[in-house]
Amino acid sequence: MSTPKESTRRTLLVAFVLCLVCSVFVAGTAVSLKPVQTGNKILDRKKNILAAAGMYAPGEDSAAEIEENFGRFNVRMVDLNTGAVLGAEDLARAGLRPELYDQLRAAKDPNLSRSLPGEEDIAGIKRREDIAQVYLLEEEGRLQKIVLPVRGYGLWSTLYGFLVLEGDGNTVVGLAYYDQKETPGLGGEVDNPKWKAIWPGKKIYDASGAVAIELVKGVVDPANPQSIHQVDGLSGATLTSNGVEHMLKFWMGDKGFRPFLDKIRGEQS
Amino acid sequence: MRESTRDALVKPVFDNNPIAVQILGICSALAVTSSLKTAAVMSVALTLVTAFSNLLISMLRNHTPSSIRMIVQMIVISSLVIVVDQILQAVVYDVAKQLSVFVGLIITNCIVMGRAEAFAMKNPPIPSFLDGIGNGLGYSAMLMAVGTIRELFGSGKLFGFEVLPLATENGWYVPNGLLLLPPSAFFIIGLFIWALRSWKRKQIEQPEFRIAPQTTTQEAH
Repeated sequence: MSTPKESTRRTLLVAFVLCLVCSVFVAGTAVSLKPVQTGNKILDRKKNILAAAGMYAPGEDSAAEIEENFGRFNVRMVDLNTGAVLGAEDLARAGLRPELYDQLRAAKDPNLSRSLPGEEDIAGIKRREDIAQVYLLEEEGRLQKIVLPVRGYGLWSTLYGFLVLEGDGNTVVGLAYYDQKETPGLGGEVDNPKWKAIWPGKKIYDASGAVAIELVKGVVDPANPQSIHQVDGLSGATLTSNGVEHMLKFWMGDKGFRPFLDKIRGEQS
Repeated sequence: MRESTRDALVKPVFDNNPIAVQILGICSALAVTSSLKTAAVMSVALTLVTAFSNLLISMLRNHTPSSIRMIVQMIVISSLVIVVDQILQAVVYDVAKQLSVFVGLIITNCIVMGRAEAFAMKNPPIPSFLDGIGNGLGYSAMLMAVGTIRELFGSGKLFGFEVLPLATENGWYVPNGLLLLPPSAFFIIGLFIWALRSWKRKQIEQPEFRIAPQTTTQEAH
């Protein structure tokens, strides 16, 4: 086996040249396609937000239509600890740019998030970011819709979605998940349009201000005075239903968007 | 078409199907066949990767020291797979999101590595390329067949278009939820293998050993 092809020098040379050529090839492709991929991701996110807010019709999926519809929203950065909307100077001081902010990455960064002790972490997300990106639809001089990012653990996976509220910060417009890996046909039914159609009009908070929204087993009895806070659980998917409920309890609570929603309500009245 | 060319392209589809006969690449066949769209994209991706990795590895075969030949194959294959993954994310983002890790896992798909080692290392570039396309087609044929059954009876659709109106949407068809879960592909692939081996009896393997008869209870007394 001492042919020139098998010599150590030759082996090293082949390995080096091959690695060099391949890495240039891979890096070249990755770099040149990066802008298109980032564009796709941003567009996909906008599409999900529009879908949750009920402003996305299946026919309107061209990039221009999505951009136009999404352009009606105002993007705001909210400090979840205080509930304050960050102004331009706050953002500049923190070095944040809303169009580049990646909330899920921030949730992993110890400087931009806080870890949740077990009893607070009802949604099973382990860390919560300090700053959330929300989308407000302000038209005719009034706040019409508030889009809030929510996430929480179901049975197999973390469900990522958007909860859309009306301007009163209490009435649900819609809840839509854009990423989940629950059991198809059972927990995966969180994507079922019929189930999603139950949500609009439900109220998150009761008269005392507590988070009252809950998923009940079976079908909600409309005669029950609490039915305005109740949504049908997913049949055969108790753990996913619990996950959805816990996620809303967390994100609508004190550690979530409640301070922000309180501020909005204060401004309007 | 010359006979050898036709053989390289058609043989792997029925006579030597990588999934049904060689039982390779089952993992991704289970994962991506719940809808035809993902199955189709995965088929194209795997066919391209197998064809071009075979081509490149065959071109390099006379320069590859045998001590690092597996590593050379892996580098070529993984470079191609990363490039395909990047292109998918740029061009068909929705489908790429559903395929998620499975595009990356083409790297470890036994079909690609198997053809590189078994065929491309010993044959000139053009036949190797055709062999890659042929094996890709064999994989694709299986994926599309399984995908058709799973999507049609699991969600009443084909390529996302409604074929059987679902009972939950005021139709009459009650879908079979099992078909949306990966294990159902095991049953379907098993049935396909059975059908294929009944048609082409040559594919039936001889058992490697016979199980000895149980000892009778007589001796225990």
